Amino acid sequence: MWEYTETVRDHFLHPRNAGVLEDANVIGEAGSLACGDALKLMLKVNSDGVIEDARFQTFGCASAIASSSALTELIKGKTMEEAARLTNKEIVEYLGGLPKEKMHCSVMGEEALEDAVRHWKGLPSRSREEEGRLVCKCFGVTDRQIIKVAKENNLSTVEEVTNFIKAGGACGSCKDEIQSILDKLRSLDKPLEEIRPVPRMTNVQRMQKVMRIISEDIAPRLALDGGNIELVDVDGTTVVVALRGACSGCNASQLTLKNLVEKTLREQVDPAITVVEA
Amino acid sequence: MAALTDVIYLDNNATSKVAPEVVEAMMPAFTALYGNASSMHTFGGQMSHDISRGREQVAQLLNAHPEEIIFTSCGTEADNSAWYSATETQPEKRHLITTKVEHSAVLAYGHYFEDKGYEVTWLGVDSQGRIDLDELERAIRPDTALVSMMYANNETGTVFPIEKVAQIVKSHGVQLHVDAVQAVGKEVIDLQKLPIDYLALSGHKLHAPKGIGVLYLRRGTRFRPYLKGGHQERGRRAGTENVPYIIGLGKACELAGANIEDERTRVAALRDRLQQGLLAAIPNCKVNGDQEHRLPNTLNISFEAVEGEALLLQLDQYHICASSGSACTSGSLEPSHVLRAMGVPFNFAHGSVRFSLSRYNTREEIERVIEVMPGIVRYLREISPFASFLKK
Ligand code: FES
Repeated sequence: MWEYTETVRDHFLHPRNAGVLEDANVIGEAGSLACGDALKLMLKVNSDGVIEDARFQTFGCASAIASSSALTELIKGKTMEEAARLTNKEIVEYLGGLPKEKMHCSVMGEEALEDAVRHWKGLPSRSREEEGRLVCKCFGVTDRQIIKVAKENNLSTVEEVTNFIKAGGACGSCKDEIQSILDKLRSLDKPLEEIRPVPRMTNVQRMQKVMRIISEDIAPRLALDGGNIELVDVDGTTVVVALRGACSGCNASQLTLKNLVEKTLREQVDPAITVVEA
Repeated sequence: MAALTDVIYLDNNATSKVAPEVVEAMMPAFTALYGNASSMHTFGGQMSHDISRGREQVAQLLNAHPEEIIFTSCGTEADNSAWYSATETQPEKRHLITTKVEHSAVLAYGHYFEDKGYEVTWLGVDSQGRIDLDELERAIRPDTALVSMMYANNETGTVFPIEKVAQIVKSHGVQLHVDAVQAVGKEVIDLQKLPIDYLALSGHKLHAPKGIGVLYLRRGTRFRPYLKGGHQERGRRAGTENVPYIIGLGKACELAGANIEDERTRVAALRDRLQQGLLAAIPNCKVNGDQEHRLPNTLNISFEAVEGEALLLQLDQYHICASSGSACTSGSLEPSHVLRAMGVPFNFAHGSVRFSLSRYNTREEIERVIEVMPGIVRYLREISPFASFLKK
C-alpha cells in the first residue's frame, strides 16, 4: 500500500472542485485512458486573464485525483500568466509530498495546465512532434519532455524519470535512450536543444483518435445492423477490435472489418493502420 | 486503524487469516518444546514426531504419501525448486513450457531460464483465461524438460483442466509441475489419480502462517535439492525444520479437508451472490475469467472508466479489503499481465477489482459490499472524464 500524506488522502476523499464546469471557456487535457490516468482541466478565465473558477475530471488513482484537486486550488484567483509558471513541484509541495513512484501524477497536472495555457493563448494543443523526438512509445513521451522534467526536478536516474513521467515503465525498451539523454544532460551545462521533429503520431494520440472514431462513427453504423464493436488494443499501427452482437460470428464479419472498420480508420487516422480481430 | 472485527476481509488470494485452531496447535512449539529435531536427545527428538504428523496431515489432504511431502519456506521456493530439479536432472533437455498467466514465482523463473539460453514456450489464453490443450500438445518436443502450469489463477480464479493437461503431458513422458497455491483447500486434489510430478502449495493461502510451503515430489521422480547443506527432509531440502509452522500447516491442511465442502457450497454461494448483486446494481461492469471453471471463492470484476486503486482506497474507507489488477496497484505502470494476456480492453483492465472470500466471510459482509459499491463507482465515474464514453 502506498504511503500517502494526510493531505493527499483528504484531497482524494474530498476533492475540491471536482466535476464539470458548465461555463468553462478554457480546457486543458493530459494523459489517456490507455495509460491509466487522464485529467481534464476546465477553467473560467475572465477578460483580465484571471482564473475565476477551475474544475477538473480525473480518471486515475488516489494521487492523480488529489493532484488535480490541488492544482485547481493552486490556480484559482491567479492570472493565466501567473498560473503558467506553476510546475509539478508546487503541486507536490501543496500535498505535503507524494510517493516517488507517483510523481507522474503531479506532472500530469502541470501538463494539463500547460495545455490550457496554450488554448488560452489561441494556440492548438502541442502535438508530440513539436515536443521533440519520441523516446518512449509505450507512454508517448518525447526527449523534450524528459529533459524538461529532469531539469525541473533534478532527476539523475532512469528510475526517477519513470517515476515522474512514466517513460520506461512498461516494456522498458526505451531505457537506454533515457539514460543517454540523462548522460548528455549531465555533460552539458548549457541547455540541451534537441529538436528533431518526426512528423508521426504517437501511440497515445493514435489511440485517442481511434477511440473517438470508433465510438462516434463506426459503432453507430454497425448498430444499424444490430452489431457492436469494442476496441481492445492499439499497438503501433495495429488496431485490435472485437465484434459483438449481430456482427460476431457473422461470416461477413471479415468484410466488415476490412471494408468498414479498417477503411474508415485508414482514411481518418493513419493509412498504415491494419485492423485485426481479438 | 479499524478494529479487526470491523474489517471485511475479501483478499484471501493474497493471504488469509491464520485459523485460531492453527495458532493453538503451534503454541507449544514456540514455548516449551523448542528442541531441534536433529538432536540426539529425547527433548529434541520429540520434534520429529510433530514433523511426521504435520507431513501426514498434508499428505492426507492431497491423497499423497507422506514421504512425497517436502516442507519449504514458501510457495515460491517450492515452484523454484521444481524448475531447478527438472532442469538439473535432465541437462540435455533445453525446452520448457509454461503459460503467460502464471504467478511471478514461475514467470520470473521462466525469464531467468530464457536468459540462461533455454527456450521457453509461453502458452497464451483466450478472453476467458482458458488455455488451448491442442496448443499445449503441439508445443511438446522431445527436448522438453518440464511443463509448468498453475492449477488455478490467483487473479481471476480460472481453473485449468489439470487432469487433461496431465494426461497429455504424461503421454509424452514429460515432467509436469503444478503451482496449486490457490487451489489447495478449494479444489479437490487427489494425487493418486492425478499423475503430476511436482506440486507447490503455500501455507498462508489456507489459514496457516506466512513462511511455510510444500513441494510435493512424486515417488520415483529424480530430484536435485535446491537448498544444499543438510540432511533434513531426507536430503531434499537443507535447513533446520521450522517445527511450529510445520505443525501449523499440518493442522491447517486437516481443517482445509474438513471445510472443503463448505468452501465449495456456502462460500461459492456467497461469491455468486456478490457477483449477481454487483452486476445488477452497477452498469458497465463485467466479470473477468472463466465463470464455469472457477475457484469457488474468487470474483474478478471490472468497472469501466474507473481506476482500480481509487476504488480500493474508497472501499478501504468502509474497511473492505480487496485488490486490483490496475497499473497503479501493480507497481509497474501497466495493468495486470493476466488481464492483458486475456485481451481485456484497457478501459476495463484499469478498473478491475478482485474479491476473494474465505470460510470466515458471512452473508452480512457480502451484503455490505453490495450496498456500498454502487455509490463508490458512481462517484468515481462522476469525476472521470471518460464517463461520457460509457454506453447507456
Ligand atoms: S517504449 Fe518506453 S516503456 Fe516501452
